Amino acid sequence: MEFLTPESWDEALTAKALSPDALPLAGGTDVMVELNLTARRPPLLLDLTRIPELTTWSLTDDGRIRLGAGVTYRQVIEELNDELPGLAMAARTVGSPQIRNRGTVGGNLGAASPAGDCHPPLLAVGAEVEVASVVGSRLIPIDEFFTGVKRNALSPEELIAAVIVPTARGPQQFSKIGTRNAMVIAVCSFAIALDAHHQTVGTGIGSAAPTPIRAHGAERMLTHALKSLWQRRGPLPEDLVQQFALNVATAAKPIDDVRGTAAYRQHALTVMARRTLTWAWDEYWSTGEAAA
Amino acid sequence: MTTTQTITHTGRIGDSAQRPDGTLKVTGQFAYSSDLWMDGMLWGATLRSPHPSARIRSVDIGPALAVPGVHAVLTKDDVPGLNAYGLDHADQPVLAADVVRYQGEPVALVAADHPETARLAAERIVVDYEPLPPVTDAMLAVGHISWDTPGQTGVPRVHPEGNLVRHVKIRKGDPDPQADVVITGEYEVGMQDQAFLGPESGLAVPAEDGGVDLYVATQWLHVDQRQICIALGLGPEKVRLTLAGVGGAFGGREDLSMHVHACLLALHTGKPVKIVYNRTESFLGHVHRHPARMRYQHGVLRDGTIVYVRASIYLDGGAYTSSTPAVVANAGTMGIGPYDVPNVRVDCYGAFTNNPPCGAMRGFGTVQAAFAYEAQLDRIAAELGLDPVDIRCRNAMREGSRMTTGQLVDSAAPVDELLRRVQALPLPPPVDPTQLDLREQPGGVSNTTHGEGVRRGVGYAVAFKNVGFSEGFDDYSTARVRLEVVGGEPVVTVHTAAAEVGQGLTTVIQQIVRTELGVENVVLAPADTQIGNGGSTSASRQTYVTGGAVKAACELVRGEVFDIAQTCYGRAVRDLHLVDGKVISPAEGGIGSLADLLIGTPVERTIEWRHRPTYPLDPETGRADAHVQYAFAAHRAVVDVDTELGLVKVVALDCVQDVGKAINPQAVRGQIYGGALQGLGLALMEEIVTTDGIVRNASFTDYLIPTVLDAPPMQVEILEYADPHAPYGLRGVGEPPTISAGPAILAALRNATGLPLTRIPVRPEHLIGSVGR
Repeated sequence: MEFLTPESWDEALTAKALSPDALPLAGGTDVMVELNLTARRPPLLLDLTRIPELTTWSLTDDGRIRLGAGVTYRQVIEELNDELPGLAMAARTVGSPQIRNRGTVGGNLGAASPAGDCHPPLLAVGAEVEVASVVGSRLIPIDEFFTGVKRNALSPEELIAAVIVPTARGPQQFSKIGTRNAMVIAVCSFAIALDAHHQTVGTGIGSAAPTPIRAHGAERMLTHALKSLWQRRGPLPEDLVQQFALNVATAAKPIDDVRGTAAYRQHALTVMARRTLTWAWDEYWSTGEAAA
Repeated sequence: MTTTQTITHTGRIGDSAQRPDGTLKVTGQFAYSSDLWMDGMLWGATLRSPHPSARIRSVDIGPALAVPGVHAVLTKDDVPGLNAYGLDHADQPVLAADVVRYQGEPVALVAADHPETARLAAERIVVDYEPLPPVTDAMLAVGHISWDTPGQTGVPRVHPEGNLVRHVKIRKGDPDPQADVVITGEYEVGMQDQAFLGPESGLAVPAEDGGVDLYVATQWLHVDQRQICIALGLGPEKVRLTLAGVGGAFGGREDLSMHVHACLLALHTGKPVKIVYNRTESFLGHVHRHPARMRYQHGVLRDGTIVYVRASIYLDGGAYTSSTPAVVANAGTMGIGPYDVPNVRVDCYGAFTNNPPCGAMRGFGTVQAAFAYEAQLDRIAAELGLDPVDIRCRNAMREGSRMTTGQLVDSAAPVDELLRRVQALPLPPPVDPTQLDLREQPGGVSNTTHGEGVRRGVGYAVAFKNVGFSEGFDDYSTARVRLEVVGGEPVVTVHTAAAEVGQGLTTVIQQIVRTELGVENVVLAPADTQIGNGGSTSASRQTYVTGGAVKAACELVRGEVFDIAQTCYGRAVRDLHLVDGKVISPAEGGIGSLADLLIGTPVERTIEWRHRPTYPLDPETGRADAHVQYAFAAHRAVVDVDTELGLVKVVALDCVQDVGKAINPQAVRGQIYGGALQGLGLALMEEIVTTDGIVRNASFTDYLIPTVLDAPPMQVEILEYADPHAPYGLRGVGEPPTISAGPAILAALRNATGLPLTRIPVRPEHLIGSVGR
């Protein structure tokens, strides 16, 4: 197995153009496990850890956060908790401290597992993935990024440069089911983002379909129903919360597997949707944002 | 660091002496078996069957031999001795012959100059399999169409002699007793894995005499040696084993894994060969805890007195015998729990199937039964409106009770006191809803509840376990103790073959020597087969048996020293003691220092030490003095359950255990903490999941063991009721807490949810039965 060690982003893109079958390696928290278990034997590894610009984040002109593909979960937790609270909550649930020190948001997107913890909050806020090749770069809307189980919209010559995430314009929540209380892969997960500015709702569902998905119907229903409620201070009607929860579960297409049953996942999504919506909305109206 | 802690390696019986390997392990410098290295060594790899049952039509090793860097490719034809091994019964092939009986069964071996080359070459071996329908149901496998009911099941034979490994029958008292209330329940326990962190590994080095030296992580060097010799066709003088650093065992290293394979490759190539399993291979390459299906019927009087117990227990032993016969005996003889019941009928069956082989794991047959009998006790209490602790105390075994086997319980059996004491420990405070800490909630930082749906439950369980090997096994250990003066200082060297697997035997040996010989400097020689058998590091027996051997050897050495001292002193002196390197007498003071007495004349004694004998079970009634000693523990679990999501936070897991004598109190606590956590794991998450004989979760991604955030605070109270038959009065410690912790958690979960929860481990979907659907 060859190991390519580009020192710059241009070198990395050139290497990827010359060797499209090279497997990018960032934190290695997915790739190295697969190598160690001999589940995967790529002909080449493309080490991206020597490219400093990948490991930083910045504010874009339009007020979004551009997260370099090599930004770690730990950086998100420590540096972006206020700007990207949903993503930070998800990052806190990833693995152990050691894994959060190494693992990256870009790597999570590259692996494109239906269980990837970053995906639901990125879906909920409508992030864009910036991908690049020697030809140039392009932006892929997050809900067009996941194309199948562990497949994404990258062409073989492309690398993930960054993910561009709108900063929070309202409360966000993330919730994940696992059968132990830490260091656990998602049985299923759910993210919600309230956008008080545009008066919209975003969602993301993990591990309950072949890819991470949004619950479009639930978002539309709730966005419509909230129109008259954004300015009111007070809790949501029970039946609205319940309707939202059922719509979220309807969007999911879970399967039975070793981690849980389809029926349990469907049920758990209704509970998580109900609870996270309630927490987010209560935070919204109780912290005075409603009056703003 | 503003303060430094003085680490002392000294300490006697009853002190929390430091582990000799502690600093190395904490600082990452301890050499585990996977760290073994020798210049010029080759790496071995194992080709394993992908099928749980198949006929092998042919094996073509040509493509593997053609890979550059490959030194050898071996199949069953290359096994020079008997192609069979096994702890109780040699029925497991070193390399599969005409059939494979489980997924992961070794078929061929490769040695190459790089581990990757060896693995790639192994993949190129062409095996033509004819898959057969696997046998996967233990009850059907032994020919039962329902509980204890023989019939035509049409299940094929996994082995020519049939699928029943052993049937233990326990018959005590009136076969047709009458009771006021009858409670019947069926229970199922999944397949737990030992999940030790150090994978199977070792290094075999060919020797000039045509023999082989094997450095390996194991639990019992001599039983390994015996099996390796048979497979290699070599005598024990040609097969020498040395214990390498063991990264956990829990029963999973009692059976051979890579031992013979590495020796075969080393002898074939004339080069040292190292084999290290990866995690997936480890899950496939060692035995697991037997899954169980159990049906219990308790007949009780209105006051809660148990009149009779009838139990049927089916244990799935998987493809080979391993230690199934002994596990069946344990589940059978201790299957009703530590209760005094006049009328008992237990049938316990061990079955061959094409599931993964099952054998030894901490608790060894008693863990499965405890989930059933303790669930039954709670159901009786609920039915009669009694307190769960009261009903247990009413029926508790005590000193003077008779076991189901008729054996007299002839030392302390403080079952009721353990329960009362654990009940009296303070309960954790209720969750403060104004102080949300996700780490304290079910689901943890995964942020699934802020208190919604959470209900608290409390549950109790008590359990017992035999210590040492039973049923007439000649269970002994060998110790050599040498006292000499080096550089003017007395030094003791202890040599045994007993395996330190992390439990702390080496610490305990040092404490025993310091106590018996009054010498601080105690050196432990490497455990190897140059000395006699130390017996297995299992059945909570090493402190008892090897500790007993070291103590007895020390006593012989001490006697010799006193003889020397009196000779030098010129006359006999009564009541001599060895203290701080000096022989003293209370009446006459110092008689002489070891430094003076032993110059140039080391005193050395070797002894084989046995616990009192045991006897085989009567095949029809199970009557026998089958066990050496019993050890007891009681647990109280407090759980918070998210009743809508089925997620659990164990809030407290408190234990009271009688250990006879706490040789090292800190180590005892460590055993109780770890044992309880392993029980928690089985109760809530640990299961090897199989479908049609195929393992679906052979990784730590999907075989979950508890993390620190799953580990609750544990109050531990240690009782010391000496067993007069045991050295220092001690009892085995390691297993009882593993047995009682899980059933206590199940009881607490039932208390919180009101659900029957008869299937272990409990899954989230089991816990939402009444709510949220």
